[in-house]
Amino acid sequence: MNANETFKKNPLSLQLDLSKFSQESFIPATDEEKRQQGVMGESTTFFKDGMRKLFKNPLAVMSIILIGLILLVVIFAPMIVPYKYEEILSVNGVRDKGAKNLAPFTYSEKEQEFINNGGSRFPHIFGTDEQCRDYFIRVVYGTRISFFIGLFASIIVLIIGMLYGSISGYLGGKVDLVMMRIVDIIYSLPDMLMIILLSVVLNEVLKFSSGSLLAKLGTNMVSLFIVFGLLYWVGMARLIRGQILSIKENEYVLAAKSIGARPGRIIKKHILPNCLSVIIISTALQIPSAIFTESFLSFVGIGVKAPMPSLGSLANAAREGLQSYPYKLIFPAIVICLIVLSLNLLGDGLRDAFDPKLKR
Amino acid sequence: MGKYIVKRILLAILTVFIICLITFFLMHAVPGGPFNKEKALSQATIEALNARYNLDKPVFQQFLLYMRNLFKGDFGVSLKNGREITAIIGESFPISAKLGFSAMVVALFFGTVFGSTAALMRNKLPDRLIVFFSTLFTAVPSFILATLLLLLFCIKLKWVPVWDANSNNYLLPVIALSAYPMAYITRLAKTSMLDALSQDYIRTARAKGVSKFKMIFKHALRNSLIPVITYAGPQIAYIITGSMVIETIFTVGGLGSKFVTAITNRDYTMIMATTIFLATLMVIANLICDLLYKLVDPRIKYD
Repeated sequence: MNANETFKKNPLSLQLDLSKFSQESFIPATDEEKRQQGVMGESTTFFKDGMRKLFKNPLAVMSIILIGLILLVVIFAPMIVPYKYEEILSVNGVRDKGAKNLAPFTYSEKEQEFINNGGSRFPHIFGTDEQCRDYFIRVVYGTRISFFIGLFASIIVLIIGMLYGSISGYLGGKVDLVMMRIVDIIYSLPDMLMIILLSVVLNEVLKFSSGSLLAKLGTNMVSLFIVFGLLYWVGMARLIRGQILSIKENEYVLAAKSIGARPGRIIKKHILPNCLSVIIISTALQIPSAIFTESFLSFVGIGVKAPMPSLGSLANAAREGLQSYPYKLIFPAIVICLIVLSLNLLGDGLRDAFDPKLKR
Repeated sequence: MGKYIVKRILLAILTVFIICLITFFLMHAVPGGPFNKEKALSQATIEALNARYNLDKPVFQQFLLYMRNLFKGDFGVSLKNGREITAIIGESFPISAKLGFSAMVVALFFGTVFGSTAALMRNKLPDRLIVFFSTLFTAVPSFILATLLLLLFCIKLKWVPVWDANSNNYLLPVIALSAYPMAYITRLAKTSMLDALSQDYIRTARAKGVSKFKMIFKHALRNSLIPVITYAGPQIAYIITGSMVIETIFTVGGLGSKFVTAITNRDYTMIMATTIFLATLMVIANLICDLLYKLVDPRIKYD
């Protein structure tokens, strides 16, 4: 007996007409088929998602590789190359006066003689400078110093800016008003002029015990850090304050408050993770700007203390014999440009990956 | 509006005052007086000189005296060559101003043109080329670009003579000085043009059948210029500091190179005077830009 025969189907009924289906349509799905139905992506965290987007950006990946390569060279080259950045070349303990301004991959007469007699000599990859020092190792150390300055300066900016900005943003009201007026005034001071001024003065005032890293870098660099600490944090402070002001109005903060979370927990658990991306991005973009500033100061003559090289001071020193030895300018120039370019691109990539709202 | 202008001007005056204060007291923190020469002077002579130049008075009173002289346009004398600093600034600043102004105009004009072109021809070859070069030039420090230009065009190719008093060739210095701001403005103008093109009023204009020319120049470009104006303020600061380097490299006798020389010579009165002069200039430029910005864009509230 068939179901269709017993009940006459009303022509207006929307019920399924079972006669149109075969028995095979009602086989339960296998486990594999069920799994195919699951179109849910793997659960990701905010960080993982950002990283995935970052690695899809070819420019960002390229700049990460480039920075990685430069860092590798900068870290390991001093272990391989047998020269030191302040070492004046000598053969068998005798100062080699002919090793002045050698072209890349050439040897002086004395060195050639030494090699002909069966000795081995590490090639001067970038040649030598006017004081008979291996130029490659000087560029490597210059890059080290530039990286160090960039990183250290942006950490200073980050710490001061974050503290100031989050206090001002979270407390709000009159405190915020006063703190932001101070920021306005500092913001309108011409930073470069102030750096030059402070460097000139601190140079005379500060004295460090010789031997420490600070003494090697020289008072100019210390004053550069001081200036970064005094002036450059305002941009970061403004940014973080703005972020906190908008985040603190969100519903989830209200929800956290309503179930009795303390301010410390709210800042730590809800506010900071949400402005982390902005913090990372602007710190990444701060590094090239610090490297720029350092090279500018070295150029004006108030950069790192000789004999310590920095990329800026190397490029500046190369202007002396520009006509005869242009490569002495080209090498540090290319390194500065590559570093700044790849850090800029990486910063842009980070911004696109972690915070599409911030896109300029 | 009136209230906003007054507030902004007062803030600018306060900033200039703070700059003078910082500069003056920093310079006074430098150990050693101006009369510490290799040849020791007798105590009586030093005291007489101190009295002559008011250096025996308390520091704060000296500051007030200095400020009074500043108002009269008297910056004092250079420690190194004894010339009136006002005269030095008077003769060297016009050169720097000419250089800086040309660079600024070049950067603004070409930056806007390139940026808008890139936005209008999005993802085509011109756009890609413009984006490539603007990204590249934001990574080249101006002193390196200037030295490379000098090396290539003055020394190797000899197309342009090296600067001297007779041939005032501003071409290379202007290119070197304007490259970075131009690249930056190009990127800025591109995004703001893209933003303007996606607005509703552009769609309305198109729907009304406005010609493409009119749509771009009357509707899109005007609105896309607003962020560019905001950037013009900080850019003046960049050009002033950048011109120090550029003038030194091309041996242009402007105020910038005088400042660098003063730093190398530790000529404190000259450093102090130039800092105050240039800083005031930057503050005024920023003030004008801010006011202009509010004037151009009526949507902004006068807070």
